[in-house]
Amino acid sequence: MIGAGVTPIAHAPVDWYAIAPEIALFAAAILIVVLRSVARHDPKVHQASMLIAIAGVAASALFTGVQWAFVHSNGPYQAMSGLVAVDGFGVFVKSVILGATLLALLLSGGYLRREHLESPEYFALMLCSATGMMLMASANDLITIFLSLEILSIALYVLAAFDRRRLSSQEAGLKYFLLGSFSSAVFLYGIALVYGATGTTRLSGIAQFLAKIVLLHDGVLFVGLALLLVGLGFKVAAAPFHMWTPDVYQGAPTPVTAFMAAATKAAAFAAVLRIFVGAFRLYDVDWRPAVFGLAVLSLLVGSIAAVVQTDVKRMLAYQSISHAGYVLIGVQAATDKGTSAALFYVCTYAVMATGAFAIVMLVARRGDDRHELTDYRGLASARPVLAGLLTLFLLAQAGVPLTGGFVAKLSVFSAAIDVGQYWLALVGMLAAVIGAFVYLRIVLAMYAPPDDEAAPEGPRIVVDAGTGVALTIAAGAIVFLGVVPGIVLDFAHAATQLLAR
Amino acid sequence: MEAVVFFVCGAAVIIGALGVIAGRNPVHSALFLLLTLVSIAVLYLQQHAALVAAVQIVVYASAIVVLFLFVITLLGVDKGEAPDDAHPVQQVAAVVLGVLVLTGILVLVHGNRWVTGAHSTRGALGAADSGNVETLAKSLFTDFVWAFEMTAVLLVIAVVGSVVLARRSGHRADAPSAEAHATEPGERSPA
Repeated sequence: MIGAGVTPIAHAPVDWYAIAPEIALFAAAILIVVLRSVARHDPKVHQASMLIAIAGVAASALFTGVQWAFVHSNGPYQAMSGLVAVDGFGVFVKSVILGATLLALLLSGGYLRREHLESPEYFALMLCSATGMMLMASANDLITIFLSLEILSIALYVLAAFDRRRLSSQEAGLKYFLLGSFSSAVFLYGIALVYGATGTTRLSGIAQFLAKIVLLHDGVLFVGLALLLVGLGFKVAAAPFHMWTPDVYQGAPTPVTAFMAAATKAAAFAAVLRIFVGAFRLYDVDWRPAVFGLAVLSLLVGSIAAVVQTDVKRMLAYQSISHAGYVLIGVQAATDKGTSAALFYVCTYAVMATGAFAIVMLVARRGDDRHELTDYRGLASARPVLAGLLTLFLLAQAGVPLTGGFVAKLSVFSAAIDVGQYWLALVGMLAAVIGAFVYLRIVLAMYAPPDDEAAPEGPRIVVDAGTGVALTIAAGAIVFLGVVPGIVLDFAHAATQLLAR
Repeated sequence: MEAVVFFVCGAAVIIGALGVIAGRNPVHSALFLLLTLVSIAVLYLQQHAALVAAVQIVVYASAIVVLFLFVITLLGVDKGEAPDDAHPVQQVAAVVLGVLVLTGILVLVHGNRWVTGAHSTRGALGAADSGNVETLAKSLFTDFVWAFEMTAVLLVIAVVGSVVLARRSGHRADAPSAEAHATEPGERSPA
């Protein structure tokens, strides 16, 4: 009821096309929750909710494709009064997120059954987290970036602690939660300071403001920028904000770890690129040294710390820190080429990380606790296909030619060299060599003869249908990205050109 | 007058913040937190942000602090058994880094025009008697309506997540632990 003298608020028009991919995912999550409460005792609910989740991802992919077609012919634009950017960049990142979500869902079905954790809520939470990531990929405002960061993180905190019988899973959830909320607070403080300095939270508004007005005293802006970098550095697991990564990646249920490594990195790097290369491009003289430092530290810390590990899941967790370093090399270039190289790297990493963690999940068997290097001894003679696939994913992570990893590393290095950062490229290559050593250790363990006296015979490794499909997709994608990278590289390049500013 | 209010409240904010981390008794820490939050609310009032001040009181000073006190009393940690397991190196590092940040802020404040930016981008706050509910509502339901709607996802996650975490622990209290799982009969039989 509107009283006299009060003018009704004129609502902004809603651009449904701009938000359809996110709505499709979230609707699937809601549907699962409803189904769960309606058919509580039906044993088929678990299977049905996984199918609903996959259908949601497919619908979301369809809408993302529609967005791409529109953006490709009509150019990028901003929707929802500037809070959402509909552009090629967003479409690319969304495609990566959807792909990673699909793979993680496929892995989860069998895993949850094996661990007796069947619960539709798992899929609902994973879809909610993916919704947050999608929102982040297209967010054009610091407020929406913060909200999507919270959406994706809070769902992940719960997912990390999902296997409550395992102490390490609970520890992972709590640790991620505490450190994550701390980093969110830092990020929020950064938003407040940037808002204080520029008077807007719109990324495009910030860029316009900085292009028009030269700040005489820009201390507040710099502190804000630094805090934003810290907050996002935490989410992408860049050193020195990586402390949580090994414990959380190791403790979380393995499909969740794969999802975290692949999709969260993609979403968070989308925010990094939009904020730093997009909104603060004019200040790149000031933020590039900081990103340079983060990149070098991540590369070295990630690969050197991985060498001394004996736990394979932990090794891969440390390596994910160093992969964040490679992406930061692309970010640091602050050019279109660097951006598209970073996008391509994020896409490749999503595939190879999910693939590697999928095998880790299978080898761990029931209880999800066989992660030691000795558990991999003799895998090649027992399960040659699995050992071969893991070798493929590890070689891809090491950057061996004919895999996507090689092209990805090559493109970030060449982006760095184009702007004269020879040292950074050199550090990257050094890290790649150290990383190759780590991967070879795992591969050698697999092809070593089985250790008959020490290793107790565990339960058989069972590959369920969903995991098999996911592994096939991941292996196909990694070879595809390595042999004919042109298609995805062109996509990344076109996506960068169609960035809403 | 304004300066007096500012300095009194500013001092109260800092004293409260120090009290939170220095207090040995968790209940005292929670009460110091209350002091900080209420003082910040007064500072908001001074900036003519009546609505934000009210929200600060209702949400933070009331709901959240009460929740803290509930948890403290339910868990029974108010017996003064403050965990003292901070590593000495960590303590030194925390102090050094804190001083560094403080110096950084002081250096920034040093110039008298340390903030240059756009002023009052959302327009005037409105007449003092109307508060600023109208301005805020307009902003929330026009420009920021999408951000407002996004919080719906957060609420769903909060409900589903807390149900998952809470129910499972009660339901599965007697479930075998991970070690017991691994040694279940039939589980270890050679393949």
